[in-house]
Amino acid sequence: MMERILELALREAQQAEVYEALSESTMAHFEANRLKQVESRQSSSVALRLVRDGRIGFASAGGAVDPAELVRMAVETSSFGASARMVFPGAQVFPDVLIYDGGVAAIETDTLINIGARVIEKVTARDNDLQCEGMVSAGAGRVRIINSAGLDTSYRKTNLGLFMEGIRVNGTDMLFVGDSMSSTNLFIDADPVAATMLMQLERASRSATIDTGTYPVLFTPHGVGAALLMPLAVAFNGKNVVDRASRLAGRQGERLFDSCLNLRDDATIAGRSTSSPCDAEGSPSRPISLVDKGTVCGFLFDLQTAVDAGTESTGSGHRVDARSQIRPGMSAFVLEPGQATFAEMLSSMDEGLVVEELIGAGQGNLLAGDFGGNVLLGYKVEKGEIVGRVKDTMIAGNVMEALGRTVVVGADSRWVGGGLRTPSILCGGVSVSSGGGEA
Amino acid sequence: MRDRLSAALRNNGADYVDIRFEERTSTRITYRGSQLEEASLVSDRGGCVRALVSGGWGFVSFNDVDAMADSVRRAVDAARYSSGQALSLPTRAPVDASVTSMPKKSVGHVALSEKKRLLDEYNDIVMSSPRILSSQIMYGDAVRTVRYASSDGSYVEQQVPDLSVRFAAIARNGDEVQQAGVSLGSVGDFASIEALHDEVRDVARRAAALLDAGTVKGGEYTVVLDPVLAGVFTHEAFGHLSEADLVYHNHQLTELMTLGRRFGGRHLHIVDDATLPSLRGSYAYDDEGTPGQRTYLIRDGVLVGRLHSRETASRMTEPSSGNARAIGYRHSPIVRMSNTYIEPGDVSLADMLADVEEGVYVKDWYGGQTSLEMFTFSAGEAYMIRNGRLEEMLRPVVLTGNVFTTLERIDAVGNDLDMNQGGGCGKNGQSPLPVSNGSPHIRISRCVVGGR
Repeated sequence: MMERILELALREAQQAEVYEALSESTMAHFEANRLKQVESRQSSSVALRLVRDGRIGFASAGGAVDPAELVRMAVETSSFGASARMVFPGAQVFPDVLIYDGGVAAIETDTLINIGARVIEKVTARDNDLQCEGMVSAGAGRVRIINSAGLDTSYRKTNLGLFMEGIRVNGTDMLFVGDSMSSTNLFIDADPVAATMLMQLERASRSATIDTGTYPVLFTPHGVGAALLMPLAVAFNGKNVVDRASRLAGRQGERLFDSCLNLRDDATIAGRSTSSPCDAEGSPSRPISLVDKGTVCGFLFDLQTAVDAGTESTGSGHRVDARSQIRPGMSAFVLEPGQATFAEMLSSMDEGLVVEELIGAGQGNLLAGDFGGNVLLGYKVEKGEIVGRVKDTMIAGNVMEALGRTVVVGADSRWVGGGLRTPSILCGGVSVSSGGGEA
Repeated sequence: MRDRLSAALRNNGADYVDIRFEERTSTRITYRGSQLEEASLVSDRGGCVRALVSGGWGFVSFNDVDAMADSVRRAVDAARYSSGQALSLPTRAPVDASVTSMPKKSVGHVALSEKKRLLDEYNDIVMSSPRILSSQIMYGDAVRTVRYASSDGSYVEQQVPDLSVRFAAIARNGDEVQQAGVSLGSVGDFASIEALHDEVRDVARRAAALLDAGTVKGGEYTVVLDPVLAGVFTHEAFGHLSEADLVYHNHQLTELMTLGRRFGGRHLHIVDDATLPSLRGSYAYDDEGTPGQRTYLIRDGVLVGRLHSRETASRMTEPSSGNARAIGYRHSPIVRMSNTYIEPGDVSLADMLADVEEGVYVKDWYGGQTSLEMFTFSAGEAYMIRNGRLEEMLRPVVLTGNVFTTLERIDAVGNDLDMNQGGGCGKNGQSPLPVSNGSPHIRISRCVVGGR
């Protein structure tokens, strides 16, 4: 059917590309510490991108596809689509990226349920007021891309993921703890998730306050994900660089970050759901160095933005889903670990905050690199020790400034939220404001 | 299709089964700077089955229409895993309805070229404005046809168009970048966005003006919210707490949200109403075939009601409110708002400002999030208030605080209710759901304001 679409499209257009995604997945949803619903999902979709008289046309269809109708829709959008500057890539060599595990594809529903149930059992055994909700999901899918330049490639991928959140309510006081883990490979025990949640409960067991001011802030890996990831992803996005909206535009080669920082985007790591042999338009995946010892050394481009930037695609053309168009974006940011242990970083702080989770992050001026939000889960540090959980406290800063000054990078790297591998990072001079005196 | 749905429901072996089948066509046009960035047409067809067995739910979604009967069997099997907490859904008389809400100029009948021509005009306005670096326009529309059939004999077919658009302008001066935007929407009525030239011009003017604006000094202020921001506050900070699926299984939350509890002054009335004409959050039937209704959540400052699905109504033995909604066939219906607003009082904006010595007037919505207890919102536009008068413009500000104390601190409710239809609501991975929210101007006696 894909060949038929390509053939019909090429009667109208000079270049065409057909992308198909098929998947099946099973999910176990938990609510109030028990299994709430088992869900399964079968999905199929096709997207057609074509270049006709120098303009891009795009149409996609979920479910039953009529090839002629899909081509008609794409042609209609091409009469005023964006001007096409890219050329689709032909057949080429892709790296071997291990992202399929038959054990995940064949997982039993009971096994899936047990992964979640065991985490809930472990955390509620310690705190029976905690109400957990979350989901365990397992899926297998296949992507195939063919185009008019002769590319014809496909790959299979599996994914097993768990996220769990615990909430404890006491009057109008609410405490949220949580963690997640994911892999393309089978795992049965999600004990690290339970361990993280128990650690968070322990650290939040007392309460503390902090006065408005400027303090060192120690971002845990979750905290890095909540506060710093979004402005960094925006800054290194090739589209923002080409548009000169990114603050890093035109600054490649400059040392803008602390020299202990090394950051790359990597879609080739085995076992990660963010990995694949090629991106959504058939450019090979490879690790892209973004920051090397503090120096800005790369940005993320898809085919189209690479032409605009006078460079080549970095294999960073992504679709949010099969129904959306391709844009440059991150796969998995990897921030290289340093030497310091978490305890060492804590003990270097006289007074400050540990930040785990924020709400309202990403509302600020992301293009300018601003980060901030209300601390959903964070702890006050006094004389090198966590003394309790803070509430009603906001942090605000700028990622270029915070990571441009001297920072300490931890040795405790882990994956958070699927697309980020990071250690804890200690930043100086972050602005903290406290509501103070509210119930 | 109706016969196919009915046939698939026969002899299912569950306590209850429903099927939704959906067809949807959507258009998306985006601009960035002087370039049209993306024009797409998307068609989508798929369905889902939900089964209830001894209190446990199973859910299966599919694209392959031929898999419908098999999906019923699989949903029933899936439901057995979570059975155990007995549930009997509220009984009801079977519904048989077909509803089409078609505005006079439906997005489904406007050519792509006409949509593009209008957006070109707006983009040109932004790009030709002084000090503007770039524009961002995101236009999306959809026409959805959803068929619902249940094993207790109901059948509902609804055709619903939807439109949403956001205009943003990015201004730059050296290293300094500021942006302003406006989000609008309608029930798929293209005519509703045909005369926005002045609004769009104002967005560009505001973005440029922000380059010269000062930053608020963080701290507690008396804050006056315009209808847009007050509406978002109502939805985010209070509305989500009224959703029964959040509270019914949590003893402490049920206690916190006990009907009869006082949340604010006697002037505070909050309503969720799916029956208002021509609003994006309106519907004749929810995704469980329950008619949309008008529900008082707060009356005279006291909690008097909440939003329910059939399940939560049964579990809490309260009346079903018709608020079970799904963004599409990939998702189970969950408890959602429709059109949520604060009823108008009798204070004029001028009177509200008059006795504010030093405060902040916040307008429009940029973003926001709540954790039930705490909220943070960014205003798109803000001004200092001094001695009862609006003074200099401020860089965007963030409001944050505790929901419960902040509701108590609403000390004036205006007389100028306005409904806002931009954006959409997100919950449990289901986003964006068309909703609207509204309010008159309101005043909060003390609220933490930070710069951003």
